[in-house]
Amino acid sequence: MIKVQGLTKSFGRQQVLRGLDLEVPTGSITVIIGRSGGGKSVLLKHLIGLLHPDAGRVLVDGVEITGLRGRALDEIRQRYGVVFQGGALFDSMRCAENVAFPLREKLHLPRPEIVRRVEAALHQVGLEGMGAKYPAEISGGMRKRVAIARALVTEPEIVFFDEPTTGLDPILVNTIHHLILDLHQKFRFTAVMVSHEIPEIFEIADTVAMLHEGRIAEVGPPPAIQASSNPVVRQFIRGEPENAEGR
Amino acid sequence: MTDRPLPLALRALDALGQRATYVVDSLGRFGTFLGQALATILTPPFKFWAFIDRIHYIGYRSLLIIVLTGGFTGMVLGLQVYLTLVRFGSEAYLGPAVALSLIRELGPVLAALMVTGRAGSALTAEIGIMRITEQIDALTVMALNPLRYLVAPSILAGLVTFPLMTAIFDVVGIFGGYLVGVELLGLSQGTYFGEMQTFVDMQDIMTGFWKSLSFGVVVTWVCTYKGFNVGHGAEGVAKATTDAVVLSSVLILVWDYFMGSVLP
Repeated sequence: MIKVQGLTKSFGRQQVLRGLDLEVPTGSITVIIGRSGGGKSVLLKHLIGLLHPDAGRVLVDGVEITGLRGRALDEIRQRYGVVFQGGALFDSMRCAENVAFPLREKLHLPRPEIVRRVEAALHQVGLEGMGAKYPAEISGGMRKRVAIARALVTEPEIVFFDEPTTGLDPILVNTIHHLILDLHQKFRFTAVMVSHEIPEIFEIADTVAMLHEGRIAEVGPPPAIQASSNPVVRQFIRGEPENAEGR
Repeated sequence: MTDRPLPLALRALDALGQRATYVVDSLGRFGTFLGQALATILTPPFKFWAFIDRIHYIGYRSLLIIVLTGGFTGMVLGLQVYLTLVRFGSEAYLGPAVALSLIRELGPVLAALMVTGRAGSALTAEIGIMRITEQIDALTVMALNPLRYLVAPSILAGLVTFPLMTAIFDVVGIFGGYLVGVELLGLSQGTYFGEMQTFVDMQDIMTGFWKSLSFGVVVTWVCTYKGFNVGHGAEGVAKATTDAVVLSSVLILVWDYFMGSVLP
């Protein structure tokens, strides 16, 4: 389980997170929703140890990671897979090399095993035969799928998705969501996803957390969030403009 | 508690203090970056193929510009020094004058400036783009040290390639001086090279070598640091690239003076 307690973070005079609390149950898909610029990616970066909070704690299976640095933090990260917003594929490497990279550098697997796992990972995301292409030679949706393959090829226990469907058409959004759902059912990892995709994420999430003004405004299973009486949540999931609130 | 505005008299002092803190903080981070990179170089695993790739990137791909600038620098030196020496009837010393200027000063400095312009700027832009596209974050969250993959091989490659580039610059420059002095202006070949052997000793060559070695560290350190600490978007990469070239060039000239006054 991932526990976030009283997480506070400011950049200069701008306070982004204001004592945020959240619990992510093991093996679940937790989706964090909220307005653009509301601090969702900042929260995610705290969970993966790329940012350190001004106050508060992040605990992964009881281990506080907020104070960890270097090797101690790397030990926790060995259990992670991360899908970045833009994919973050290494553009000097072919797609297959991108997927092979963590297997070679992190797990130090023998070459035949790497080849086997890379082929299987590309097959899982529906990109068999595309391994020889460079990231710049494939579409945005394919890049996201290669990024998912790279994040999952080491079979991590916890996978973070930072807006994995941003900029994709509705068909590709559903394709990626179903891919994540299929892979989750197969590997049973704990997933934390930041997303804007309303209402699509309600189909795949076990828990939805609404981030508003640096705190979690509401958290619960998708039906509870959809039926929420909280005006902030209602406005967001209905996509109502600012001045429509309270009508 | 709300912040009360400072009295006017204290605002300038406050701004000065903030600026000073920023400069000290930046210098600290700059130094720590090199320290971490050197620690990474000294601890396994060593990324051999990344190192070879950086030698190709910094060294081999700078060869043409080094040969061109070295050749023309030697030719200009040959012409100008000959025209000066001939007034004193000392044109026999053209060879040593060209060789000493190149080996002690111009070779290391100009080769370093050329490599900075060609490879240093590209290094900053490449790492900067990796930063803004989260490729460096991707390495970090894979529990892999980005310094080991991006910085350590570049600094090591700088240590290897800068002395080699300088040596090539010197040799081509001396040949450029020969073309002008001997082939064009009629100085005898024996005089050009004979006097050179008399006046240039190992100490001069080592002075140039130590300079080029230190420039190799300075340029790769500055350029990788600027790439790592890039601002936002394309504008951030453009600014980091410009800053890297300007800072590297200034440091090369400052460090050259320092080395010149310390080394024999």
